[in-house]
Amino acid sequence: MELDNAKKVLEVSHLKQYFNVGKRDEVRAVDDISFDIYEGETFGLVGESGSGKTTTGRAIIHLYRPTSGSIKFYGQEIIGMKDKKKMQQFRRDMQMIFQDPYASLNPRMKVKDIVAEGIDINHLAKNDADRSKQVADLLATVGLNRDHASRYPHEFSGGQRQRIGIARALAVQPKFIIADEPISALDVSIQAQVVNLLKKLQRERKLTFLFIAHDLSMVKYISDRIGVLHYGRMLEVGTSDEVYNHPLHDYTRSLLSAVPVPDPEYERTRTQIKYDPKYEDGSKKRELVEIVPHHYVQCSQDEIPMYQERAKSMGLSVKEPG
Amino acid sequence: MQSKETILKVNHLKINFNTYAGTVKAIRDVSFDLKKGETLAIVGESGSGKTVTTRSIMGLLANNAVVEGGTIQFHDKDVLKMSQKQLEGLRGAKIAQIFQDPMTSLDPTMRIGRQIAEPLMIHKGVKKDKAMAQALEMMKLVGITDAENRINDYPHQFSGGMRQRIVIAIALINYPEILIADEPTTALDVTIQAQILNLMRELQDKISTSIIFITHDLGVVAGMADRVAVMYAGKIVEYGTVDEIFYNPKHPYTWGLLSSMPTLDTDSGELASIPGTPPDLLDPPKGDAFAARNPYALKIDTEQEPPFFKVSDTHYAATWLLHPDAPKVTPPDQIIQRQAKFAAMQKEAKQQHKIEEEEEQQ
Repeated sequence: MELDNAKKVLEVSHLKQYFNVGKRDEVRAVDDISFDIYEGETFGLVGESGSGKTTTGRAIIHLYRPTSGSIKFYGQEIIGMKDKKKMQQFRRDMQMIFQDPYASLNPRMKVKDIVAEGIDINHLAKNDADRSKQVADLLATVGLNRDHASRYPHEFSGGQRQRIGIARALAVQPKFIIADEPISALDVSIQAQVVNLLKKLQRERKLTFLFIAHDLSMVKYISDRIGVLHYGRMLEVGTSDEVYNHPLHDYTRSLLSAVPVPDPEYERTRTQIKYDPKYEDGSKKRELVEIVPHHYVQCSQDEIPMYQERAKSMGLSVKEPG
Repeated sequence: MQSKETILKVNHLKINFNTYAGTVKAIRDVSFDLKKGETLAIVGESGSGKTVTTRSIMGLLANNAVVEGGTIQFHDKDVLKMSQKQLEGLRGAKIAQIFQDPMTSLDPTMRIGRQIAEPLMIHKGVKKDKAMAQALEMMKLVGITDAENRINDYPHQFSGGMRQRIVIAIALINYPEILIADEPTTALDVTIQAQILNLMRELQDKISTSIIFITHDLGVVAGMADRVAVMYAGKIVEYGTVDEIFYNPKHPYTWGLLSSMPTLDTDSGELASIPGTPPDLLDPPKGDAFAARNPYALKIDTEQEPPFFKVSDTHYAATWLLHPDAPKVTPPDQIIQRQAKFAAMQKEAKQQHKIEEEEEQQ
């Protein structure tokens, strides 16, 4: 993808999401992160549990009120938006697919009503027949059939439920979808089915995705660009090939070295890199700096040369300052 | 590996569950053996029967379970015929288990030193002071830092990775002959997972326990297992050494599993997936249970269950594709690449063997 001319869909800058502000148990779940997402791409957020990936997703879709920072969606500021009409449009344009296909569907609603809830709220159906037709089309899109519409969620397997969740998200014709660990509750053979479905939908509907996951090989596979989160901070951002093949930050290197690979010979020779969090200790002000074109690393001014050297030693062309 | 003594032998195990909906045939004729000091990985999707198999070894089956047939030989005794009392002497002493979720497998109201020492006091009658001293040693062995000061802490004061270390300490305190690890790292982050797996490998060398490792993560299997058994719908469909399963798989289900996982080298493009969902074991299909999802299914697959065909002395697969009369099929690209690697490895091993022989002659 040509990043220089791509249109920005989402601009997150200096987003902070604290909980229990001012109390003894204040938690800085997301601490000053910035990133952009371009039209039609999949941006992957990876990190370990507690790194703030889910909080970031939820703050973006306005399930939380961010402590400070700015979130712009198609150029419009979302935080503190007062205009009700605009807010409703925003909620239509941005949809979410949740992690747990068992907890995210109302067990007392039929599939057709779950899928059509957004259609009803946004008055997108002309009449009952149109509503049924839309639901049937959506179910077909995600690989379920028409007569599934009148069943209840408990009659479906995990993979099928996740398909229902995807159909519900698509019902309001969104432009942007946040998928929070959409496959981690599914079996290996079913995971591939759902990932292929998401990719197909993205191609056909020109959707933009924020894909949140801890499974690094799956994130690499599905994402165009990747951001690595740790302790609520963004440590490295770049295209997925760059981040995986030429990781610059020590944390990313350590994380990648810990991923088990289904190849016994590789596993026998694998050495895990131990991570020393000295480049995150908070003693210095650190920001994301573009070391290689479109490849950012969080570092302080005096650490820049070190990362530049590292990039050069990997055979990368370093971004010239200015 | 072959010369080693077999300590556990599961023979034609069949287990049903009586439910309101009918009889679920969860284990349908499973046989395998476990040798001293080796790690056997059992892989498969949820519902394939991995956990039920190991629960039956521990004598921990639910009340509605019926063992329809088979034996589980542990040192010439059948675990399935043991009384509750005999089983209690087995569990935690000879056979120990690590569960998936370190958050729920510890007693939240008991100090961890006491929890680690408990199996010693119960099974070996060790006095409390001595047991606590051994517990402290074990805490150090599993890498709990500052063990002296933490021995009187409660589980909630530890992180997930540390709790899993505590669970491992409890399981190993009696130096069990068999350790059953049921998805021991699934609830952990990758970096912590790597630490725990390293720890298990180290401890296995130290106390030469045999491990039955249950997981759905083929990456973990590649790093941990000596031998692998692949389960599908209550049956083992293929088993062999770790290299045979990863580099020379023969069953289409193993092909599907291996190709549906992206590795860090997988480019974008369509991910190979296994279509459909696993069969309902309330009413297992006639013939090969995998036939409905198998793009390579033959006509006979829907009529008759395939027996095990021998691939090598250690490698067997239950698929009609291995029958001499079966048509030749081309496996998925990823599998062909893996097989190429296998051929190269075997060639190398042969040459190595030759060199060694020549050296011996000289």
